[in-house]
Amino acid sequence: MSTPEPPRRVRVTSPRTSAARRLAANTGTREIDEQTRVGEVYMNSLIQAQLRLALAVIGGAAVALGGLPLLFLLVPATRTFSILGLPLPWLLLGIVVYPVLYVAARIYVRKAERIETEFTEFVGRK
Amino acid sequence: MSPAMSLTAIGLVVAATIGIGLFGLRISRTTSDFYVASRAVTPRWNASAISGEYLSAASFLGVAGLVLVNGADMLWFSVGYTVGYLMLLVLIAAPLRRSGAYTLPDFAETRFESAPVRKICSCLVFGIGTLYLLPQLRGAGLALQTVTGAPTEVGAAVVAIIVVINVAAGGMRSITFVQAFQYWLKLTALATPIFVILIAWRSGDHPVGVLESLQGAGAEWAEPLSRAGGRDHPVYATYSLLLALCFGTMGLPHVLVRFYTNPDGRAARRTTVVVLALLGVFYLFPPVYAVLGRSFAPDLIGAGADTVVLELPGRIFPGTAGDLLGALVAAGAFAAFLSTSSGLTVAIAGVIDQDLLRNRLHRLTGGDYLAVNSFRIAALLAVAVPYLAFNLTGALSLADTVGLAFAVAASTFCPLLVLGIWWRKMSTVGAAAGLIVGGVAAITAVLVNVIGPPQGGWPKALIGQPAAWTMPLAFITVIVVSKLTPHKIPRGTARSMVRLHTPEAVDVDRGLSPLT
Repeated sequence: MSTPEPPRRVRVTSPRTSAARRLAANTGTREIDEQTRVGEVYMNSLIQAQLRLALAVIGGAAVALGGLPLLFLLVPATRTFSILGLPLPWLLLGIVVYPVLYVAARIYVRKAERIETEFTEFVGRK
Repeated sequence: MSPAMSLTAIGLVVAATIGIGLFGLRISRTTSDFYVASRAVTPRWNASAISGEYLSAASFLGVAGLVLVNGADMLWFSVGYTVGYLMLLVLIAAPLRRSGAYTLPDFAETRFESAPVRKICSCLVFGIGTLYLLPQLRGAGLALQTVTGAPTEVGAAVVAIIVVINVAAGGMRSITFVQAFQYWLKLTALATPIFVILIAWRSGDHPVGVLESLQGAGAEWAEPLSRAGGRDHPVYATYSLLLALCFGTMGLPHVLVRFYTNPDGRAARRTTVVVLALLGVFYLFPPVYAVLGRSFAPDLIGAGADTVVLELPGRIFPGTAGDLLGALVAAGAFAAFLSTSSGLTVAIAGVIDQDLLRNRLHRLTGGDYLAVNSFRIAALLAVAVPYLAFNLTGALSLADTVGLAFAVAASTFCPLLVLGIWWRKMSTVGAAAGLIVGGVAAITAVLVNVIGPPQGGWPKALIGQPAAWTMPLAFITVIVVSKLTPHKIPRGTARSMVRLHTPEAVDVDRGLSPLT
């Protein structure tokens, strides 16, 4: 048997700040796992925030899109009003609506991800 | 139109679809894990695949046909198909991915811990899938008829057989690449003729007055709410259609499966945003066909409006150029039938196999069968039923039939998913009651439409576009019955909510999830 080489010394360091945060962080997930009152409050606040955001988008779409048939119904001039040779309804429903939807979706995703990031910071990462 | 050239183009699409499918299958078998492989799919590829599967015969042929006949009100179809993804994005995209469910019945079972709810979902998947496959087969029949003059049954049979072979052989099973390819093929096929027309007109013989159909006297067609095409109560019909399309998309059986290939909830959202962009680009084109058709193919308004996209290139460019463009459009149309039908068939067959067939087969044969064969029988059933229905039913237009499928989805799976994800007090009995009440109401409306719709007035409007009353009915049923049966709230609801809503970066107990 040869003499086992002593393992190289490795300096283990850990900034106190992170250790402290970890302790605090773990409690958030534990509250959720154990379904305590506090954990329920955490989950509720996340779900409510996301739901409010979703309802805001749906409300916006309902007003903007749902308002169009009403506009055409109540202001008949808008049915034939034309811009650059294209009637307004065709312009709106055929072209304009798509970029608007895309932008709305982009904004939604940014906000939804921010809510999740905040939640993650709050209850603690893996 | 030159039949030889178009048939060649269609043949190439079919060969490419089967070829890429088989090639992809080999890859996914040699890579160790099919799911791991599919989860490496980036949002961009995934979005192409979702769009490829989603843009069906109704989008490729039907929207242009409806706008051609009924005018501006039908623009809501393409708007609604797209807004459906915005609703899907904000209401269910990320939670659904986080649920880990692969099919709608999977979601129902894990969320409500109930086998009966799962059974009801399976039956509804079959019903909605059949209703959605029907117009795909009709579109295929029409396309082949326009190209070769063969009766519509032939084209429908061709697509049905190809799809069954393809799915049963495993060639299309969740191969993202095939579907992604189909999106770009469809977009190219639809956009190229329009660009060629624009370039040709710019360089000289500009036929004056194409846009005239949109303006001035005799342009009632171009106005919204005009009752062009003999539709009563256009305001009700518009809102009801919009509701069905906006909230039906999330309940289509083949959509959920595609979301599973996203790596996590965040990617599911980002994918959906790209889908919105891809759909928006695609839907710019069908109305252009309708406007051009008003000038160049007015005879189609009376009969065969659904073929306007196929006919137009040949009408505007007689000769080889028209033949080539016509062949391209025919190829795109076939891509539309194949991708949507295959995606649907895989989704339906999976559900039939898992929930309706396997146990019965097991009992019948005493376990002496191969699981793969059960899936193959299911695939055959999934296509055979709509094919029979196609031969029995009358001539509802493509986009109208699809509209009804959306109405059924909006009245059944939409409440199940939306309330199931956001409302923790939903009870199992409430879920089942909502599915049954919404499903029965919407399916009755569909059957009345197929057998013989009322002649006019409110009954016709209410039955023709049922979502405006069937969807609220389903939501109210779920809420009322859940309030009455609070003891039937699933015990694992809190854990389900954690699983559905917490970001993947948080390390929490997510409870059981079937496939993650």
